[in-house]
Amino acid sequence: MKKLIIALAASAALLGGFSTGAQAQEKKKVCFIYVGSKTDGGWTQAHDLGRQELQKALDDKIETPFLENVPEGPDAERAIERMARSGCAMVFTTSFGFMDATVKVAQKFPDVKFEHATGFKSAPNLATYNSRFYEGRYIQGQIAAKMSKKGLAGYIASFPIPEVVMGINAFELGAKSINPNFKLKVVWANTWFDPGKEADAAKALIDQGVDILTQHTDTTAPMQVAAERGILAFGQASDMIAAGPKTQLTAIVDTWGAYYIKRTKALLDGTWKSEQIWDGLKDGILTMAPYTNMPDDVKAMAEETEAKIKSGELHPFTGPINKQDGTAWLAAGEKAQDGVLLGMNFYVEGVDDKLPQ
Amino acid sequence: MFEAILLTVITASTPLVIASLGELVTERAGVLNLGVEGMMIMGAVCAFAAAQLTGSPHLGILAGILGGAIFSLLFGFLTLTLVANQVATGLALTILGLGLSGQIGEAFVGQPGVKLPPIVIPLLSDIPFVGRVLFSQDLTFYLSIALVIGINWFLFRSRTGLKIRAIGDSHASAHALGINVIRTRYLAVMFGGACAGLAGAQLSLVYTPQWVENMSAGRGWIALALVVFASWRPWRVLAGGYLFGAVGVGQLHAQAFGVGLPSQLLSALPYAATIVVLIIISHNRRTTLINTPASLGKPFVPDR
Repeated sequence: MKKLIIALAASAALLGGFSTGAQAQEKKKVCFIYVGSKTDGGWTQAHDLGRQELQKALDDKIETPFLENVPEGPDAERAIERMARSGCAMVFTTSFGFMDATVKVAQKFPDVKFEHATGFKSAPNLATYNSRFYEGRYIQGQIAAKMSKKGLAGYIASFPIPEVVMGINAFELGAKSINPNFKLKVVWANTWFDPGKEADAAKALIDQGVDILTQHTDTTAPMQVAAERGILAFGQASDMIAAGPKTQLTAIVDTWGAYYIKRTKALLDGTWKSEQIWDGLKDGILTMAPYTNMPDDVKAMAEETEAKIKSGELHPFTGPINKQDGTAWLAAGEKAQDGVLLGMNFYVEGVDDKLPQ
Repeated sequence: MFEAILLTVITASTPLVIASLGELVTERAGVLNLGVEGMMIMGAVCAFAAAQLTGSPHLGILAGILGGAIFSLLFGFLTLTLVANQVATGLALTILGLGLSGQIGEAFVGQPGVKLPPIVIPLLSDIPFVGRVLFSQDLTFYLSIALVIGINWFLFRSRTGLKIRAIGDSHASAHALGINVIRTRYLAVMFGGACAGLAGAQLSLVYTPQWVENMSAGRGWIALALVVFASWRPWRVLAGGYLFGAVGVGQLHAQAFGVGLPSQLLSALPYAATIVVLIIISHNRRTTLINTPASLGKPFVPDR
């Protein structure tokens, strides 16, 4: 029922989009599909900031209509298709769950360019782009190991997809590089966006004794709970320092703007190609929010790790690494292949959770 | 540990219970308002805005109640005065509420909220084990319990309650008896809106003191389902709301504790529990029929 409502709302929003689109026909339309609300304070907000940056940079050449609160699943296909039909030259679909829908619509509209965030399926007119969030997670893990008195952190996860599993593993590996006995408790909220449920998950983890919290869901509710209970936490997707001025250690901040501008320019001058782009800290597609609420030596360590990752000296997934059950995964010095990371469906040793299959 | 879990359960269940009780009264008067989600989110944004602007969370609560009630008047006007289809109007109310609240709330996004302070009841809060949890809560929890007791008495023990149930069961007969059906239904709809608004205020001032668009995240729909679940009985609303809240919070604790069950299964538990209880309730068809308002959702035009 709720999905129906959102779909209806989405359709209504689209109808609105049609009427404004007719006025400026010479401008190309670069369209965006969001899974959440553009003011969620996290994931979608970061994409929308990127879109605003793009609009500002190429204001005389393009317009950037967007559709927010599009649920993943069958409704997404309809929303993307309507976008394509309404004259968009390029459509950015900004959630993993839009993958299959984007593939289907891309087949139907060969002249429209599609860019899908965080997915792994592509086509001649469908590029994928992603950010190496795990680099930031690794730094967070190291900070957590230094700052946690109990050697136990809590991780609020959304859905058991490779992206999220990779983040959990990177966090644990970072923590273990400092404290080999570091443990990580994981709670799956099975939602990207539900402030109440995210807060409940945070409370459950804190009640179970974790003293550092990190999240892979979209709102600031867990940060707020952490602040209230007086423990430390990491922000996700956007700088969440406002929700926890004395709580946030750092945050992985998604900065999509430069990428959106680069790809739109390529579209405008006709050099756009379907690519599978996976940029990291060094490319500026993600940045770390200021390191706060920690002693100077921890801050220095975090900055050093960040610099090493940027220079390529350090790859978070470098062996020896065992899988959760103790079997060997990477030999000493061996680096994980991107393909393995993008399809990651297992935990590394030390994660105190059973991975939902 | 037990105290901590109970505390989380209370916070999670209170908005469901309050919104559900309001809808129960509306439906007992024979009006099906599917706009609970919309009224709830309007209550949440009005409450948050008022609390931010005045600095008083209590004025925020008041604004939430008023916001929900005023918003429900729109539904009342369309379905009671203009006799529009209740199901379609209710759905429209939800869509409108979600959109409108986003507009109103745009200025408040990202602002740290004001939390409604708890009210510690002396002596009672010293009772070992449950005292501290049950008697040092915030206003909304006490209101939710008072509403259960009050509505139960009002509907089944007072004259006006009898009239409301009569209207819900047969508006034509009630009309023939000289009861003002439309006016009573307006009041019932507004009461439902006020409760949904209060539930929304709890979301933005107690549960997660912040404003995010769509923050009700489907709780209005759960509240609606709870009314049927409770077969239109206030005490069962309380039980159902807490069952739902407890299973939902319990599964998160089970995960954090590491029970090793798949999280998708655990996440589905509250809904599975609801279905099981519904099956048990509907097993006895007669009692179900007795409790269901017979003219629920049917339009009424006087003097026809």
